[in-house]
Amino acid sequence: MFSLEGITTNVQDWLFMKFNPTLALAIECVIVILLAISLFAILGLVLVLMERKVAAHIQIRLGPNRVGPGGMFQTVADTLKLIMKEGLVPDMADKFLFNLAPFVVMMVGMLLLAPIAFAKNFQIWDINIGVLYISSVSSLSVIGILMAGWASNNKYSLLGAMRSGAQIVSYELSAGFAVLTIVVLTGSLQLSEIVNAQQNGWWIFKGHIPAVIAFVLYIIAVTAETNRAPFDLAEAESELTAGFHTEYSGMRFALFFLAEYINIFIVCAIGATLFFGGWMPLHIGNWEAFNHIMDYIPSSVWFMGKTFFLIFLIMWFRWTFPRLRVDQLLNLEWKYLLPISLFNLLLVAVIAILGWHF
Amino acid sequence: MYNQTEIIKDTSELGAEGELVINMGPQHPATHGVLHLVVTLNGETIKKIEPHLGYIHRSIEKMCESLTYRQFIYVTSRMDYLSSHINNLGCALLVEKGMAIEVPDRAKYVRVILSELTRIASHELWLGAMAMDLGAFTPFFYAFREREMITDIMEDTCGARLTMNYIVPGGLMYDIHPDFQKKVKAFITQFKSKVNEYEDLVTNNVIFQSRTKGVGILSAEDAISYGCTGPVARASGVSCDIRKIYPYEVYDKVEFDEVLETAGDSFARYMVRVKEMNQSIRIIEQLIDNIPEGDFVGKTKNVLKLPKGEFYTRVETARGELGVFVVSEGGTTPHRIKFRSPGFSNLSVLNHIAAGSKIGDLMASMGTLDLVIPDIDR
Amino acid sequence: MTNEEIKEYISSIAPAATFDETGEWLNVLLEPAQLKPAMAALRTGMMQMNYLFCLTCIDFKTHLTMVYHLSATTHRQSIVIKSNLNREQAVIETVCDIWRTAEFLEREVFEMFGVDFTNHPDLRKLILEEDFKGYPLRKDFEDPINMIKL
Repeated sequence: MFSLEGITTNVQDWLFMKFNPTLALAIECVIVILLAISLFAILGLVLVLMERKVAAHIQIRLGPNRVGPGGMFQTVADTLKLIMKEGLVPDMADKFLFNLAPFVVMMVGMLLLAPIAFAKNFQIWDINIGVLYISSVSSLSVIGILMAGWASNNKYSLLGAMRSGAQIVSYELSAGFAVLTIVVLTGSLQLSEIVNAQQNGWWIFKGHIPAVIAFVLYIIAVTAETNRAPFDLAEAESELTAGFHTEYSGMRFALFFLAEYINIFIVCAIGATLFFGGWMPLHIGNWEAFNHIMDYIPSSVWFMGKTFFLIFLIMWFRWTFPRLRVDQLLNLEWKYLLPISLFNLLLVAVIAILGWHF
Repeated sequence: MYNQTEIIKDTSELGAEGELVINMGPQHPATHGVLHLVVTLNGETIKKIEPHLGYIHRSIEKMCESLTYRQFIYVTSRMDYLSSHINNLGCALLVEKGMAIEVPDRAKYVRVILSELTRIASHELWLGAMAMDLGAFTPFFYAFREREMITDIMEDTCGARLTMNYIVPGGLMYDIHPDFQKKVKAFITQFKSKVNEYEDLVTNNVIFQSRTKGVGILSAEDAISYGCTGPVARASGVSCDIRKIYPYEVYDKVEFDEVLETAGDSFARYMVRVKEMNQSIRIIEQLIDNIPEGDFVGKTKNVLKLPKGEFYTRVETARGELGVFVVSEGGTTPHRIKFRSPGFSNLSVLNHIAAGSKIGDLMASMGTLDLVIPDIDR
Repeated sequence: MTNEEIKEYISSIAPAATFDETGEWLNVLLEPAQLKPAMAALRTGMMQMNYLFCLTCIDFKTHLTMVYHLSATTHRQSIVIKSNLNREQAVIETVCDIWRTAEFLEREVFEMFGVDFTNHPDLRKLILEEDFKGYPLRKDFEDPINMIKL
């Protein structure tokens, strides 16, 4: 059966056979970096096309359909255009920070890839504080956005960046609490442990209603955290033209654009890991035959399927809802989501202590 | 590299302490054209809005002074391009009133049907654009699906999709297309079956309601004082439908309701326009099967000369009351012509209703005022 | 209300007013100095003219005429108030404290005809650029660059 685990083990064995351990490790690092970067590029292309196709479907139109079969190479052409375009830096901008900002945002995305389990035993870094690592690193992206807004020396950018700051800092809380409910249920911060704990059923089924509530909270909070509509206040295009990236063009803009989609992928991957069992196939109780059939589907397909389902959900939001106003956005978090998530965490703690979950 | 503190020191001199002045427009996604608003902000809160106009000022009033009474009608298509047919109608009515030209019934019926189709098309476009201002992109495409049918009808009958130029003093330029009635009926069926999609997508949306309810409240007294007309005033409970008060053409023969709301907020303005579309459908339904046979244009002289004096007509465009005021010295061209455009008065209320609210509210208020910039600048 | 009653009422508040009934509506010609008090009386007094639906100016080459179209949302009777101004020194008092819509309309008349509205809160150019010379809607306006003569 096809498995990514087999490939990685073979490659590692071969490397350690041929080279001394230090060199083998170095080569592995290079391979991982290359893989991460190519994953970035491919994800960017796929997700942008997916977004445009989903939007087109919702908006009763066809979407890109000229470049390549079914418009498949549209994003490739767009990327090529963005690379060729002149990257303009405004005269009065803080040039150092202006150039740094897109890379900060990108780097946060790259760092977040590390602990994600893409398939069975296929993980860059199985860190034992995986969840903590993710929630701490993901909040760094706001620095990149603030940097971009400030350095552009544009009032729209500044307003967008300030909105984004308030928004990400607020919604970080709900996202964190939603993640914590699963940590409480599992009793571990390690992502591989969390996945393994869902061997006999995903947390969204096992964790009763509190897990469902946590999932809803998580989806709302991460939609806000990735600055996606209906929470796209930082780039609210009818209000602030393009918000924090108003002054960006060419490849720097493309990096922001890419980072947005990578962030969506990452938060959805984490959501899938926490609530839908990551790469774990769908197992139902003791239906042995059914479970065996499910096992034949490769774990990477399970992971990607779940992740893309969540990504579709977030895209669906974007093309359906109008944007919230900034005070409504903060009200929603501080007056509704935060108390609910605190109460929910308490409930989950009771369930976990009394062992009521399956 | 510039020192950041220096740059901020520079800009802070523009306003008082804690004020941020931003130029919204002339190129801005929400101003739908070349409106330039100088907005003074305190954080996210708007302190003052100052419109700067004139980016699309073509001095239509001055141009009309050198055009004959047959010609000047078609310049007005370029004022409020979304209700160009109704603008043309207003001017033609003025010439017909001034010279006492008899208009055949067939022309009157077709004029009213096309006016109402224009109104629906205008409201459809507004619906999409306004939802877009609030960050929802999808309603735009739904609204354009129906609007496209109207523009197709216009293309068949008038030869143009936007600036129709179908009216001549005394009637119509040519007869309606043979498929006209069939296509209009098909449109009515389509519209009626699809209008509930707007309800699902926009009206009943919780976020949409929270963004528009209680935002940009305009009282009835202020609406009258600022000269607001059309859906903007009717949402505040001011009865101002010219079709009801001063019926022209065949509006006195058809049954329809003047849509009135009382809240005066953005949501009320939204509801007035959505309900108005249904009323327009009602008017068209009553007329479409009864278009009388006969001439489509009355007998007129080749050279039109308005008698000396002053003439004023008003029509209800999609945005409100369009007044045409002509001062004639008895020649073939007007001495002075003034268009009382609804958008100009509706814009003047913007500072009043949006000051003190958030930037997001400005979009809701401005969106529901339904500003068409060439109509304001003329 | 008949035209006779209106005439009687306006004569009582502005004795020098002259009337013209040839048009569609009753035209009242007032002296510029009388205009403001008469307008205030029309707004608040018996007539309750709360709706100023058109405010403009006409250049008759010998003089400018300010035209105010007034109506009321209650009784829907329209009257036209006019006032002749000197072309060289066109000054009239603003009515924008009576009808708010006049603020923008007067700014337009100010830049297009060069009529100076006293006590106007914000009399600046609205449509034309700040440094525009001349009054485009006057009959004698000549623009050496952009003028198109027919």
